[in-house]
Amino acid sequence: MSADRVRRRRPSLLPYLLIGPTVLALVLVLGYPLVDMVLLAFQDMTREQLFSGAAPPWAGLDQFRRILGDGFFWTVVLRTVVFTAVCVALTVLCGLFTAQLMHRVSPWVRAVIAGVLVTVWAMPAMVAASIFRWLFDADYGAVNWTLSLLPGVDLAKHNWFTDPWQGFAVIVAVVVWGALPFAAITLRAALAQVPAELEESAVLDGARPFQVFRHVTLPVIRPVLLMVTTLMAIWDFGVFNQIWLMRGGQPEREYYLLGIYSFIESFAVNRYSTGAAIALVTVVLLLAGSVIYLRQMLRTGEIE
Amino acid sequence: MRRRRSPALDLLGLVVAAVVGFPVYWMVLTAFRPANEILSLPPHFWPGRPTLANFSRALHTETFWANVRSSVLIGVGTVLVSLVVGALAAFALARFRFLGRRAFVVVILVVQMVPLTALIIPVYLLLNDVGMTDSIAGVVLTYLVFTLPFTVWMLRGFIAGVPVELEEAAMVDGCSRLGAFRRVVLPLLAPGIVATSVFALVQAWNEYVLVYVLLSTPTKQTVSIWLVSFQTGFGTDYGGLMAGATLTALPVVVFFLVVQRRIASGLAAGAVKG
Repeated sequence: MSADRVRRRRPSLLPYLLIGPTVLALVLVLGYPLVDMVLLAFQDMTREQLFSGAAPPWAGLDQFRRILGDGFFWTVVLRTVVFTAVCVALTVLCGLFTAQLMHRVSPWVRAVIAGVLVTVWAMPAMVAASIFRWLFDADYGAVNWTLSLLPGVDLAKHNWFTDPWQGFAVIVAVVVWGALPFAAITLRAALAQVPAELEESAVLDGARPFQVFRHVTLPVIRPVLLMVTTLMAIWDFGVFNQIWLMRGGQPEREYYLLGIYSFIESFAVNRYSTGAAIALVTVVLLLAGSVIYLRQMLRTGEIE
Repeated sequence: MRRRRSPALDLLGLVVAAVVGFPVYWMVLTAFRPANEILSLPPHFWPGRPTLANFSRALHTETFWANVRSSVLIGVGTVLVSLVVGALAAFALARFRFLGRRAFVVVILVVQMVPLTALIIPVYLLLNDVGMTDSIAGVVLTYLVFTLPFTVWMLRGFIAGVPVELEEAAMVDGCSRLGAFRRVVLPLLAPGIVATSVFALVQAWNEYVLVYVLLSTPTKQTVSIWLVSFQTGFGTDYGGLMAGATLTALPVVVFFLVVQRRIASGLAAGAVKG
């Protein structure tokens, strides 16, 4: 707190009046539902209470006992974590590669890449999923035909979604494709801040390209890299739309991630409390993972 | 530094652009294609005889215009409410030191980490209790969860970019604190407001799960639901689906281009004028 500002002006109610509406709105649409979700996880709410409006009976830790004791739940948790890790790693690697490339090509090529990235960035997730569904179509998809050109590969009539591993490969492709522009453009901005003289002198001193990256470039772009990684992790952990659309609104159990699982338990099976318990576990896992991001953002919020 | 530019790198760059851009190209190409060209092996990778048949089929689905209207209403409503409410909070964050400021910043940041899918159940139950499940106002209210924190955070940055001296000068000339904000800061914020509202608008336009759960009347549903229902309705009519996808993506692409220009014009230019 800057003492000089306080002396200049009397402390007033004004800032509180200004943030008042925001606080009110957040309490209403976020605080209340969050508290309700936690309560719900310790109750047993079904369709019956939804229609009668009666208070659902308390269930203590029953919901958690049920999901935590279920092997399938742990499979889904593991699957979500692996899915997130793969998506984040691929996005950041591809983003770094594209950013480095943009840094080195001629200006007109850079403009072409930037144009493509912005267009892809603008694609709604639902649109992206629709396009990839068509690209990977079993009968007339462009991907099956193109891959079949490779010697020894025959993918005619190959359905990518029969095997969940291959299905997830397609889903990872959509997610990474959609997130690449943000990663590449942000990292490119960070790379532009690396002093060219530093890189140059490192090269003169005999550093190999990887060493230059590791010891000169990386320290400068580290904060941005960290932010991009954490944001990606948060988004990918909650992926819903792409899977939902690619499986035509009825994902098989092999395609459940935590978001889908919680949704199905609530709205397909009508076990709202089980769904809430799964959602609660998701939020806790996410918060634990994103402490790093928070610290980073707080730092930027304080400096100005 | 004299950067060596090699044709090989340029070529690699173009290949990357082509690979990343291909899905969009394929979408537009398929959207303008007659059915017999779409379902053909080997696929045609170059434009043939373009047709508007897919678009007219997509536009003539029963609920299309109602869904566009609903999307626009929800988008505009969300943007207006979050701008008015968010600008005030952003002003407080950028210009005042007050007790609880740090806590407020933490809340704004943490909120952005809560996945929307986790909130669907309690939000649905809440709106169900007050009888707002099938209403556009209910959706707008719900969307504040993700647009408001974002708006506050973005605008805070833009306000912080306007020199305090401008405001102080206005106050010396007899403006009140809020008067100075309205007369001096607000006009300079135009690019920031445009950028923020476009991002919020795009998020509202793209959102799917919440509207899918909340809105049950077909005519109240949004374009993203239309896009999905379209798929099942037409089976594997990829021409129609790609036309629908192109129509859904078009406004967003336009918005992105608008924002880019607005941001390029910059805050500094405005401040000099002021």
